[in-house]
Amino acid sequence: MRIWLALLLLLIPPGAQAEEVVLGLSQEQVSITTRFEGSEIIIFGAVKREEPIPDGPELDVIITLVGPSEPVMVRRKANRFGIWINTDAVEVDAAPSFYAVASSGPLDQVLTAVEDLRHKISINRAIRSVGAPETISDTSSFTEALIRIRSENGLYQRLDDQVVVDQQTLFRTSISMPANLTEGDYAARIFLARGGAVLSQFETTIDVRKVGLERWLFTLSRQQPLVYGLMSLAIAIAAGWGASAAFRLLRNG
Amino acid sequence: MLIYLPIAEVSVNAFVLLGLGGLVGVLSGMFGVGGGFLMTPLLFFIGIPPAVAVATEANQIVASSFSGVLAHLRRKTVDLKMGTVLLIGGLIGAALGVLVFNYLKALGQVDLLVRLCYVVFLGVIGALMFVESLNAIRRARAAGGKPTPRRKHRGWIHALPFKMRFRTSGLYISVIPPVLVGIVVGILAAIMGVGGGFIMVPAMIYLLGMPTKVVVGTSLFQIIFVTGFTTLLHATTNYTVDIVLAVLLLVGGVIGAQIGTRIGVKMKAEQLRILLAIMVLAVCGKLAADLLLMPTELYSLGRPGGGH
Repeated sequence: MRIWLALLLLLIPPGAQAEEVVLGLSQEQVSITTRFEGSEIIIFGAVKREEPIPDGPELDVIITLVGPSEPVMVRRKANRFGIWINTDAVEVDAAPSFYAVASSGPLDQVLTAVEDLRHKISINRAIRSVGAPETISDTSSFTEALIRIRSENGLYQRLDDQVVVDQQTLFRTSISMPANLTEGDYAARIFLARGGAVLSQFETTIDVRKVGLERWLFTLSRQQPLVYGLMSLAIAIAAGWGASAAFRLLRNG
Repeated sequence: MLIYLPIAEVSVNAFVLLGLGGLVGVLSGMFGVGGGFLMTPLLFFIGIPPAVAVATEANQIVASSFSGVLAHLRRKTVDLKMGTVLLIGGLIGAALGVLVFNYLKALGQVDLLVRLCYVVFLGVIGALMFVESLNAIRRARAAGGKPTPRRKHRGWIHALPFKMRFRTSGLYISVIPPVLVGIVVGILAAIMGVGGGFIMVPAMIYLLGMPTKVVVGTSLFQIIFVTGFTTLLHATTNYTVDIVLAVLLLVGGVIGAQIGTRIGVKMKAEQLRILLAIMVLAVCGKLAADLLLMPTELYSLGRPGGGH
């Protein structure tokens, strides 16, 4: 390992930062197929440096994995005429469809609030909500509900102490992605921090795509909805008729 | 075995879907009902979005009614002329229903609409069936079963204009009542994802006075086109028809129906009906409880603008 790192050091052009990230991913693409049950991504890497490990606070590593952002309508139910119906609604302008933050220690200790704000690292920083109807005073409870619901579905994850750092050089973590993923480019960001301040960051993307039959059906249903509708009818009729004919044959023969 | 549904965008156990299809199939075979009104709420319970459940169920009904219509056509127990009149009403109703559906979807109230419709219809029908079959059982015990009096006055129907002759049914009546019946059934198909046989069959017998032998074939004929049209409307405006879901439910349903038919033969009609009534009331009760009790999560997430 030391030789490998030494080789890496030789290959590196003199960089601006003292400590930089060399990254590896267990997979660069996630394919949503018919049998998709979610995916586990292992993010690992090494810190390359040209000087000895600095004294002082230990190196911390923060890894975020962020799905594409989209607007979300958050609705709240209230009791009207004895039944619970949606009454208030707040549109959140942009909220990531997936968000995982893994860190080598408790996030609020690894990172100062100022640095969090600057690099938009924790989940709250990634959600943007501007205009809310004037009739609703407690907008923040809608944002909290969004985070709560998505956390329950495994879409938002805060993984404190889940990044393993060896000898301030090698790091790795694994992030499990649930089955109900939104398609798109997922950004993986790695931050190196010491004493709550970010020293360097590195970014790469993971492609999450429906493939095969899933891709085909989904695209057809959006781009050629009439063809898709007619095809659905034809397939369903054929399947229903086929199954009953097969059953009749089975019983008679 | 988990399977990812491409349109509903959720992972569901394929055997649960086959089982649900089979269960509702058994019931529809036993009771001779379409089963849409049981399947759609069951799909809500396993976490399929209501909009997808309704549209997909319409697709499934087309398929499960298809072989039935063919059989009735062969036996010449379909009143094609009456079926067409009912169908015209049905298409208008389905278009209206999808309009209302999409409007409420944009307001975020479509779940409420669908659930309310189910609570009202299942409650009323379940209660009526329960009382009726209880009375039938009591009568059968008391006097060895008298034939129940049927066909009340339908004088006002004969007073309406636009009369038409329906030879297969042996009727000469105005087209207004069948068109109205068709519209109601079409709206129900679009909003609730049901065939509407449970409304149409009694309406045809008691309101229009059609002979019982053509009622089932004619209603199936109408249902297949109305639900087909509904499927296309949902597919083109909401993109909510999930073919993978439909096929899984269908395969389970066809097999279940064959089993159900055999069980049905062995049981008494009154017992069957009271069982069905209890089942309908149970589903209704569960849906009503969801509306009446305070939900554990008051907030829900959706797409802004309601899609279309």
